Amino acid sequence: MTVHHSPNGHRDSVTPARVGVWLFLGVATMIFAALVSAYIVRMGSSDWHSLPKPGLLWVNTAILLLSSAALQWATIAERQGAHRSARLGFVAGAVLSALFLLGQLWAWAVLHKLGYFLNTNPSSSFFYLLTAVHGLHLLGGLIVAAWTVRSSERLQLFVTYWHFLTAVWVVLFGLIVLT
Amino acid sequence: MTHHTHHEPQSFWTKYIFSQDHKVIAIQYTITALLVGLFGLVLSWLMRLQLGFPGSFQFLNPGSYYQMLTQHGMIMIVYLLTAILLGGFGNYLIPLMIGARDMAFPFLNMLSYWVYLVSVIVLMAAFFVPGGPTGAGWTLYPPLSALPNAAPGSGWGIKLMLVSLVIFIAAATMGGLNYVTTVLQCRTKGMTLMRMPLSVWGIFIASVMALFAFPALFVGGVMLLFDNLLGTSFFIPAVTLFGQQLPREGGNPLLFQHLFWYFGHPEVYVVILPAMGIASDLISTHARKPIFGYKAMVLAMAAIAFIGFIVWAHHMFVSGMNPYFGFFFAVSTLIIAIPSAVKVYNWLLTLWRGNIRLNVPMLFGIGWISTFIIGGLTGLPLGNVVADVPLHDTYFVVGHFHLVMGVAALMAIFGGIYHWFPKVTGRMLNETLGKLHFWVTFVGAYAIFFPMFLMGILGVPRRYFDFNALQYLPPQTSALNIAITVAALTVGAAQLIFLGNLIWSALWGKRAEANPWGATTLEWQTPTTPPPHGNWGAQTPTVYRWAYDYSVPGAERDFIPQNVPTEPQVLVGAQSTVR
Repeated sequence: MTVHHSPNGHRDSVTPARVGVWLFLGVATMIFAALVSAYIVRMGSSDWHSLPKPGLLWVNTAILLLSSAALQWATIAERQGAHRSARLGFVAGAVLSALFLLGQLWAWAVLHKLGYFLNTNPSSSFFYLLTAVHGLHLLGGLIVAAWTVRSSERLQLFVTYWHFLTAVWVVLFGLIVLT
Repeated sequence: MTHHTHHEPQSFWTKYIFSQDHKVIAIQYTITALLVGLFGLVLSWLMRLQLGFPGSFQFLNPGSYYQMLTQHGMIMIVYLLTAILLGGFGNYLIPLMIGARDMAFPFLNMLSYWVYLVSVIVLMAAFFVPGGPTGAGWTLYPPLSALPNAAPGSGWGIKLMLVSLVIFIAAATMGGLNYVTTVLQCRTKGMTLMRMPLSVWGIFIASVMALFAFPALFVGGVMLLFDNLLGTSFFIPAVTLFGQQLPREGGNPLLFQHLFWYFGHPEVYVVILPAMGIASDLISTHARKPIFGYKAMVLAMAAIAFIGFIVWAHHMFVSGMNPYFGFFFAVSTLIIAIPSAVKVYNWLLTLWRGNIRLNVPMLFGIGWISTFIIGGLTGLPLGNVVADVPLHDTYFVVGHFHLVMGVAALMAIFGGIYHWFPKVTGRMLNETLGKLHFWVTFVGAYAIFFPMFLMGILGVPRRYFDFNALQYLPPQTSALNIAITVAALTVGAAQLIFLGNLIWSALWGKRAEANPWGATTLEWQTPTTPPPHGNWGAQTPTVYRWAYDYSVPGAERDFIPQNVPTEPQVLVGAQSTVR
């Protein structure tokens, strides 16, 4: 991190890293908003057929929520100085996230078996596209976190990003289940 | 954290190639963008040769013409203008003008340039693959851009184009996060937001827009790539191609248009806002007068940015949209004329009774006002649904966007280069060559684009390879086309003079003083010229005043730098300490 001066001293809690992460959340919001609006527009065509929803998706969603909870627990522990618990929470969160990604891949396999490929129907095209874009954001987050989470501030930012992706998934999942 | 965290890089590779210094990255961005732009210029020459002298050149055929058309548009808008204004000017000016030592995230900044370079290489690679680059038009509308054999370059070309755009968006996002965070977090002591020079304001607001507009192109581009490569039909409707029904149906080409223009219109302001900021600083500095209505200038840019996100469908008036939507988008489009007009009046009032120095940066600053007015005013009929319907897809549109987005933006870019070149290199650009460059470009640009308005009203359609079959066109159109081609070749030659001037002056130009223009902003107050790594020596400057203290009554000189204390009893040399 480079030198930075905030012109008025009372904003010390707002660091460049924090601003950067929140800006990126804005960018990612735009990406998912564009995808969701495209989904809704394309849904209106007569060739749209509803997709079978593997029950596995509910399990995956629960796992992702648990990973967010574990990471939240880690930040609280870190704030209270319980570094061992924080570490445990972080590792649990990372493992659960990896499980979620594997679960999503499994959901792809299930749909494949049912005969729903990327180009079968716009609903399946969107399913693969949305889960892929969301999964890549998670994967990228995990890789960057493995590299950069060295301080409690970084941990806090990583967890913020994770909660965001969990919330995005809840929206995407709701859209997929309801249509 | 203090100065010593900034180790001066020692090896050639970390100092000049994989540098994290914002100034080196700015130069890398600028040189790359100018070279790509030169390529785009050559493409426009070839197109003009065909339009002026149809049939005289065997190597020009409809297919290659569409490829040049597509690549020219994409190169100039994305890989030249966006890259040079944000990556070039943004990188150089933001830290220096706000008194920072570097960007907030120097490593990410370096990465941004190298990712940009990869996107350029992928873009250029399309010229060497089977079938060549895509010729689907710079807007890449499906189904033309999505179907095999529909447009030239529909094999490799379109895929490389989309991949290159996605990579470019990654680079622009890394850059944008940096520029916005740096402005918000790294300002030196006393540099409040409302003391920032307008160049920084323009680049800042444009970066915010780029961050939130590019995702739409990203999504559209990825979906189009899926349609191209993986057999989906997001955008491909039921199509019969060469008598055969394709196995696609239901796709929505208009959906792509919405995604594209949701990016595409803000993109216009991503280019124009930094140009507005730079032009404001050129005009104020060289007229030796405070910018007129600083607050109004900032608010106008913010208003343009905000409204700029809700006008995109004015590019789609003839797409069959609901007339009520057309009405909404026409109204929002025309409202943008208000903040734009505020800015034009403010530039004119800054010039009014100023002590104008007609040097090269000022000439380009005035050239900016002129081309922005003409280019902007011709946008008004296009923003009205009723007038747009007959003018749509004619040369009127070509003349309009080239003047307002191409020529006007280039006027600010050229002016900016002549203005800041002494700080970047420590040498002045040659003044005589600069004036030659200005006059040929300025007069020539009108000679090229003004007749296009007339041609558009006559109904000459854009994107056509030749007009032989169009019986309704008067024979004078071909005479006009010859004249435009001659002007285009001349203006193009003037750009070669400019490039020659850049190279010659960087090596052998007259040595520049630290502050040759007598400017107030911080970048001219660095301890050495060119500024060293870390910019400020031991201490970063403290700011006491706004950026436009020109010709202050009673002051010794006709400018007071931003780091001069306001109290007269305080020593001028007294600098603050690093906090």
